[in-house]
Amino acid sequence: MKVVLRDKKTFTLDEIPFAPCYKPGLVAVNSGWRNEKPVVDESKCNGCNLCYLYCPDGTIFKKGKSVGIDYDFCKGCGICKKICKQGAITMESEK
Amino acid sequence: MTREFLSGNDAFARGVALARPHVISAYPITPQTTVVEKLSEFVASGKLNSEFIHVESEHSALSAAMGASSVGARTFTATSSQGLLYMAECLTYAAGGRFPIVMMNANRSTALPWNIYGDQRDSLSLLDTGWIQAYAGSAQEALDLALMSFYIAEHKDVSTPFMANLDGFTLTHTYEVVDIPEQSTVDSFLPAYQTENKMDLDNPVNMGFSAGPDTNTEFKFKEHIGMLNAKRVIDECEDKFAKLFNRRYSGLVESYLCDDADYVIVTLGTIAGLVKDRVDALREKGQKVGLLRIRYVRPFPNEQIVQILKSVKAIGVLEKDISFGNEGTVYTNVNSALQKARLNIASSNYIAGLGGRNIEPKQIDEIFEDLKNEQSVVKFVGLGE
Repeated sequence: MKVVLRDKKTFTLDEIPFAPCYKPGLVAVNSGWRNEKPVVDESKCNGCNLCYLYCPDGTIFKKGKSVGIDYDFCKGCGICKKICKQGAITMESEK
Repeated sequence: MTREFLSGNDAFARGVALARPHVISAYPITPQTTVVEKLSEFVASGKLNSEFIHVESEHSALSAAMGASSVGARTFTATSSQGLLYMAECLTYAAGGRFPIVMMNANRSTALPWNIYGDQRDSLSLLDTGWIQAYAGSAQEALDLALMSFYIAEHKDVSTPFMANLDGFTLTHTYEVVDIPEQSTVDSFLPAYQTENKMDLDNPVNMGFSAGPDTNTEFKFKEHIGMLNAKRVIDECEDKFAKLFNRRYSGLVESYLCDDADYVIVTLGTIAGLVKDRVDALREKGQKVGLLRIRYVRPFPNEQIVQILKSVKAIGVLEKDISFGNEGTVYTNVNSALQKARLNIASSNYIAGLGGRNIEPKQIDEIFEDLKNEQSVVKFVGLGE
């Protein structure tokens, strides 16, 4: 298994706000935490939304009759795969 | 202006009410209880138009206060001892979030052994959490500090939470005559809290986010600068305060007869009153002694301490605290200031008043006598007596 590191982005002192309160963008995406990513097979998904309810980071969203995953913030914990009764979610290794 | 006979807690509550916070969130604990009792009475009777949030713990009290502050509300809480320690997690949250919450802490011993009486181990053990820490010496100063605390904490260059410490019982429950300012004067002293550090539908922001190794140092540096800026803002605040209220405080420290002194006791809180009394008595006998009362332990008055102590022969730091395995924390801080300025002064540490033990006048005289040996020692005052 390979650890995926996100691109390094640097900020100058002036760019850092005085408090952790800022327009979206300063916060780096957290996808680098992930070794495996969940992939949804829309043909097997019945739209029960259990994964949407269980995702601890709120990265799963409703998409038509199925669900989508925000890969910028999914940390690859695999709870969605575990909870899916239809077997519609599989974990794929990050390269 | 009216004049009333008030306890330290009552006086502080009156100050808070005059500052008109939007939200008060607190959990009762001895010896802080009467502050929140008084404030809840003001709210219940309609004298004070604040939201009083009843919570089930101190951890929740400060969490609720942060929620209020994060929408731009002027916010107050109060606690003591174990309650302050229970808040500890939220203390760094509030400071790092730059929420200018004002908290009154009634200084009280920490368990075990269980003890409800006053010493300063609770707040001094939390110096590194990023809160401004002031120590009041009288009920009048408590009321005035309540007003000034909001001014200082909410100043845009500071934006740092403020812990106003009152010695448990010795100050919180002792009655004094206190001048209570007019609401209109307070209103002209204290500007409305304005900040960009808030949730706002017109200007949506991401709040309380994480900052990894790439930006964390910069956030902490800015937190440090905010605290250092408080030094200037405290002076500015006291100038404005003096003009409006005709009472003057002396900034980060109070120096009493130190100019020509050979021996000086450095301390904080109400015990300074007794030391001042003994300085007067010993001066009458021709002894060149003085008192340096530290009013703010954070930001720490390095420059002022050096300036005042630069020509004394020996100092004794008298404090109601012990950092086990080392020495009193105030002593460590004072010595650091002296060392950085290359001042080679005999400096001793007197640990006293733990768990509310009374400090006797003769013990102050003995400390001044001990200082004449010009050594550097750490002693527990009245041990086993």
